[in-house]
Amino acid sequence: MLATPLHDVLAAVCAWLAIGALGLLRVGSIGWATRILYPAGAIVGLGLAAIALRAIFEPAASMVLPLGLPDLPLHARLDALSAFFLLLLGAVSAGVSVYAGGYFRQTQGTPPGLICLYFHVFLASMALVMVADDAYFFMLAWETMALSSFFLVTCDHDQAEIRRAGYLYLLIAHLGAITILLCFGALLAGAGDYTFEHMRSLQPSAAWATAAFLLALLGFGAKAGIVPLHVWLPEAHPAAPSPVSALLSAVMLKTAIYGLIRVTLDLIGSPLWWWGVIALTLGLVSALGGIVFAAVQTDMKRLLAYSSIENVGLIFAGFGLTLIFHGFGMGALAALALTATLYHCLNHAFYKSLLFLCTGSVLHATRERSLGRLGGLIHRMPWVAWCALIGTIAIAGLPPSNGFASEWLLLQAFLFTPGLPHGYLNMLVPVAAAAVALTAALSGYVMVKFFGVVFLGQHREARLVEAHEAGIWERAGLAWLAAACLFLGLVPATVIGLLEPITRTLTGYGIGNLAQGWLFIAPISAERASYSPLLVFVVTALLVVAAWLLVRAFYHGRVRRAAPWGCGFPNQDARMQDSAEGFGQPVRQVFEPFFRLEQHAPAPDDARPRYSESAEDHLWYWLYLPVARGVERLTALVTLLQRGRISVYLAYSFATLLALLLFVR
Amino acid sequence: MLQHYGPQLINLLASLMLLLAFAMLAQRRIMSLINLFAAQGFTLFLSTALVAWLTDQSHLYGSALLTLVLKVIALPWILHRLIRRLNVKWDVETLINIPSTMLIGIVLVILAFNLALPIALLAGTLTKGTLGIALACVLLSFLMMITRSKAVPQVIGFLSMENGLFFAATAAAYGMPMVIEFGIALDVLVGMVILGIFFFRIRERFDSLDTRHLEKLKEH
Repeated sequence: MLATPLHDVLAAVCAWLAIGALGLLRVGSIGWATRILYPAGAIVGLGLAAIALRAIFEPAASMVLPLGLPDLPLHARLDALSAFFLLLLGAVSAGVSVYAGGYFRQTQGTPPGLICLYFHVFLASMALVMVADDAYFFMLAWETMALSSFFLVTCDHDQAEIRRAGYLYLLIAHLGAITILLCFGALLAGAGDYTFEHMRSLQPSAAWATAAFLLALLGFGAKAGIVPLHVWLPEAHPAAPSPVSALLSAVMLKTAIYGLIRVTLDLIGSPLWWWGVIALTLGLVSALGGIVFAAVQTDMKRLLAYSSIENVGLIFAGFGLTLIFHGFGMGALAALALTATLYHCLNHAFYKSLLFLCTGSVLHATRERSLGRLGGLIHRMPWVAWCALIGTIAIAGLPPSNGFASEWLLLQAFLFTPGLPHGYLNMLVPVAAAAVALTAALSGYVMVKFFGVVFLGQHREARLVEAHEAGIWERAGLAWLAAACLFLGLVPATVIGLLEPITRTLTGYGIGNLAQGWLFIAPISAERASYSPLLVFVVTALLVVAAWLLVRAFYHGRVRRAAPWGCGFPNQDARMQDSAEGFGQPVRQVFEPFFRLEQHAPAPDDARPRYSESAEDHLWYWLYLPVARGVERLTALVTLLQRGRISVYLAYSFATLLALLLFVR
Repeated sequence: MLQHYGPQLINLLASLMLLLAFAMLAQRRIMSLINLFAAQGFTLFLSTALVAWLTDQSHLYGSALLTLVLKVIALPWILHRLIRRLNVKWDVETLINIPSTMLIGIVLVILAFNLALPIALLAGTLTKGTLGIALACVLLSFLMMITRSKAVPQVIGFLSMENGLFFAATAAAYGMPMVIEFGIALDVLVGMVILGIFFFRIRERFDSLDTRHLEKLKEH
């Protein structure tokens, strides 16, 4: 049998499962899992990335697996879109696995061997989601992914708040799974054939297609953390161990994007333009809401979680724009928007996992997650700080990082909307472009806060002096991801070339040939806009070096060391620094209607004054609590049936039997 | 001779089944209840064997043998042993008094006959006339389970319901495939064992086998 890339992918999946199972051999041994199994998993991840990279340029291959129920075998298929997301999964998981080899320690909660099992089952199930080619297999992999990640989130299940976060996560994951199931039901059109091949060949009526799209948007949106189904995200990400948060945010959210693109552009095939408006609106609301909430967070992992909501929002907005262009038959622009969307998926996967891992190292070194008790860590852990700086620049969207490249492409796509043959859209989409720009600016602001408060300034607590640098495994993982961020930013033309097979299959157009050589990218024409990150990088580097040399030449020997952020005050101490709350305060003022604020101001005679403030989500009170109360009231009715007496229960079945016999003959 | 009177004999055995079902519904004493159950099993065995002989369905002999071993010998023996070990030979309390239960039972029999009529017309079997009785036996056993408050009679009701179902299968289609019959037989046996364990647990917990005590387990 000829080994196709698909076989290789399945072999990688099996390898991951085997590594996970090996973890059970010595459940309690931390060394066995971290020194041997996680590095092995990282090698498998690298292998998967290499296979996927090759598979992007190969024609789609499919096969029937000798697994599954009788008469319902599992189908697998590897095309450019799957291969791209597998590349993302493999490359990111390689870094995260290496890091996990240094990260996991003996804890009170789940034993390390079990964590290793869940971790690798999680990775394997995500890979299976991307190669599944029938609804049954897809749901199987999807639910395995949800369950394994639930157990990963609740690793430290001895803490009540972590159990609560896990419950919320599971609840919304199941809600999403049900709607995805219904979506496949709508796509099946009553036939008993579950394969995607069958769904592709059908031409559903507009009503059914719309129903399927809306269900998919809801189901995959729940997994991706789109407003208003985002509430699990800021709870679950901080609860999970850092490598798991990195995987959740970087890869698992992308499986939802993958599913949405697969269902909408591949299975339904002919999207209506106004679907795009819905996706665009939801995306923008999430992006803006996410980043505004991120600005007022005081817990570093929550801050990153809200920033994930923002990024997913941007991805959704780009996807919505793709649908709008596609719906109006403007294929080249649809390809541009889709390229920007997928590029942003890739970038977000790398820089968000990088930042989550950095918070993990900080957490290990200081046992502190609250921004108000950190500070000045760049002196203690320079390696982590510099990696975090690269991630911060990327997430803030500054050139020449990868974040800038994708956001710039996205904005370029927005700027072509005046060509749309629809009056209102013509006027409203530029407003959306403005919202995207505002989001990008705010994310820069948030990231300055994140980096500045954690790594710069003075230690806010005395014991931070004892903070230690991350271990060699952790540093290796961080370095891999940081290098990827830089690399992806510097060679956008290559990445666009990578995305071309995907846009060509899904929209019929590719923009790979529009990249002007390897140096410049110009999405539509060089006259309008072009960008060369390498040039920006070289010029920036030259300017920095020149400035450094100049300063050195003219001021040498007159360097004076002072307390950081001293601003000339003689008696500056750590508590006088700008705090996380203080830094976020302007945003909190401007966007006050977004929050439900609770402030605690200390009394004048308080001996140890502490100012605290919490900003909660209105949606929690407007949407979730009423729904929860309604469900509780309904279920209270059910207890009327519960009498606790066997005779009564028997009488219920007896009455049912008689009714069925009498009336439903 | 026997060939000639065969159908009448089957009808006779069927009416005996129904009579025994009513007797069980009216019986207050646990020991007699078990004996009645064994008698019902024996009637079932006779009728199955007779149908097998009349129609030359060799697999029905197997079913008949299974019935004899399981329902006439094994289960009553297990139940007797349980009663001795649990020491619960006292009278059975009923939730509704016996005459009313009998009246409800009569209504159920009429209902069952009425229901079985269209099915019996479709079935081409020798025994189609007895389908109504089989259905009535099922419903009566169910009624017995509802109206008894102690655990042992409820289980006997459950077992006798299985008798009724078996009888219905013989009546409508000359029995079920052997695999299924073996499966059901195993289920009944395992169910009996599990319920036996439950008896001990319930008594240990509440000092009584009255399932009304289980009401305390309700969520408030």
